[in-house]
Amino acid sequence: MQLDDLYRRVIMDHYKNPRNRGTMNDEAVTINLNNPTCGDRISLQLQVEGGKVVDAKYTGEGCSISMSSASMMTEAVKGKTFDEALNMAERFSGLMKGEDVEFNELEDIEALSGVNKFPARIKCATLAWNALRKGIDNEKQ
Amino acid sequence: MNINAIREQFPILHQEVNGHPLVYLDSAASSQKPRSVIDAVKRYYELDNANVHRGVHTLGSRATDAYEGAREKVAALLNAGAAEQIIFTRGTTTALNLVASSYARTVCGDGDEIVITPMEHHSNLIPWQQAAKATGATLKYIPLQPDGTISIEDAEKTITPQTKVVAVTYVSNVLGVVNPIKELAQIAHRNGAVMVVDGAQSTPHMKVDVQDLDVDFYAFSGHKMCGPTGIGALYGKKKLLEGMEPIEYGGEMIDFVDLYESTWKDIPYRFEGGTPIIAGAVGLGAAIDFLNEIGMDNIDKHEKHLAAYAYEKLSAMEGIELYGPKTNRVGLVTFNLEDVHPHDVATVLDSKGIAVRAGHHCCQPLMRWLNVSATARASFYIYNTEEEVDRLADALIQTKEFFGHAIG
Repeated sequence: MQLDDLYRRVIMDHYKNPRNRGTMNDEAVTINLNNPTCGDRISLQLQVEGGKVVDAKYTGEGCSISMSSASMMTEAVKGKTFDEALNMAERFSGLMKGEDVEFNELEDIEALSGVNKFPARIKCATLAWNALRKGIDNEKQ
Repeated sequence: MNINAIREQFPILHQEVNGHPLVYLDSAASSQKPRSVIDAVKRYYELDNANVHRGVHTLGSRATDAYEGAREKVAALLNAGAAEQIIFTRGTTTALNLVASSYARTVCGDGDEIVITPMEHHSNLIPWQQAAKATGATLKYIPLQPDGTISIEDAEKTITPQTKVVAVTYVSNVLGVVNPIKELAQIAHRNGAVMVVDGAQSTPHMKVDVQDLDVDFYAFSGHKMCGPTGIGALYGKKKLLEGMEPIEYGGEMIDFVDLYESTWKDIPYRFEGGTPIIAGAVGLGAAIDFLNEIGMDNIDKHEKHLAAYAYEKLSAMEGIELYGPKTNRVGLVTFNLEDVHPHDVATVLDSKGIAVRAGHHCCQPLMRWLNVSATARASFYIYNTEEEVDRLADALIQTKEFFGHAIG
């Protein structure tokens, strides 16, 4: 068990200098999600236009893994169509299962591959992506 | 007391986790099991297993004797008076739900009150929330002092003649504080209310005398006191139990069944519908024997010593916050490191073989009161040592360094 596999520098950078942390106006799509087993929570806001995620912001509380993942996710999905964003979420699930997937949209995300070796922490990394899925699924309906 | 000899009796402790000797500091969540408990459950299945209270055959009698023998051991442990006042349940949660569903929902109505505290575990909080909603009663909270303790003055103000139930934990699973149950029971009784006690964190660690405390209901779990999972018990005063309706119907709990009407067995059986948790009860009985052999007072003393040692050692570190009172606490220490989330703390400690709990500890309202989203908790039992506390303290220093570099 190598801690450096989990806590890579790029993860700690997103944790310390979060991108897109904040709130949007009330018109934005808002998704509140908790991780009831550990108390992590995220409030994700998406500005959507014509089937696209134009902007994304988040607030929340949680560990370095959950908050850095939210920072990366919001950075990666900006400007993406719903399908592109959902495809990324799907690849992220693969990353958590140890699959060899790439994120050309934002290579930082690949740094989270180490979470795969820490099963108890996978739910931390997926919280923000689950919020994204939920928001887009609601919009598509 | 020879801790090494005690440790020898716990097979699970003698292993490496992530390349380090295991340091198990999560007994408040679930304790480890001594060989005698594991063997008792195994022996029951290998030699005596049968259903209880029905077979005429020999194994049926042996299983019944083993099950009822365990009930007597629980009664003796709590000084319950009579074994019939002990109802076996799945654990503390089921026991408290039984009181809330059967007792509280019949005695509470509009204008009545149920009084609890913000430090309750969800299992001694949500059943009362639901009972209040179902009956129209008001749920009230005795406020906490800044150090997390309850003042008798506040209790006197909160508990009124309208109060029907006061439900408080004996020991907080987060703050480690020991609550003044005897005094609270007196206040409850003076106002005509019953006193319900969550004993999940007290029963494993200290001598409990339900008659001396004069509580009306007392619930605990076996798995936190060296017993198996899936077994616990509810103590109740005889008069109250006899007036209560069952909440589960089926085999084992009936007296006479007709097509349209049925009658119930006496206590405790009317609350034990279905085939009971026989092997679990046998294991719990063995756990009680094990604890009695060491002596509850010795266990209490050892854990208080470790908690004081840990509190002293951790509070001397920089950038750490400890929760709960400094004194009058049991064997657990809840804390947060500055700028490091408790999940990250727990992961780093785990990489060094140290098991602690991180999260809200099933106490979300208490986390809000403490103004944190989560905490880390190290909890001790009879098999923990000062050296293990030292390893925790060293690992916490390394955790701070690791994140200091990673973030800095």
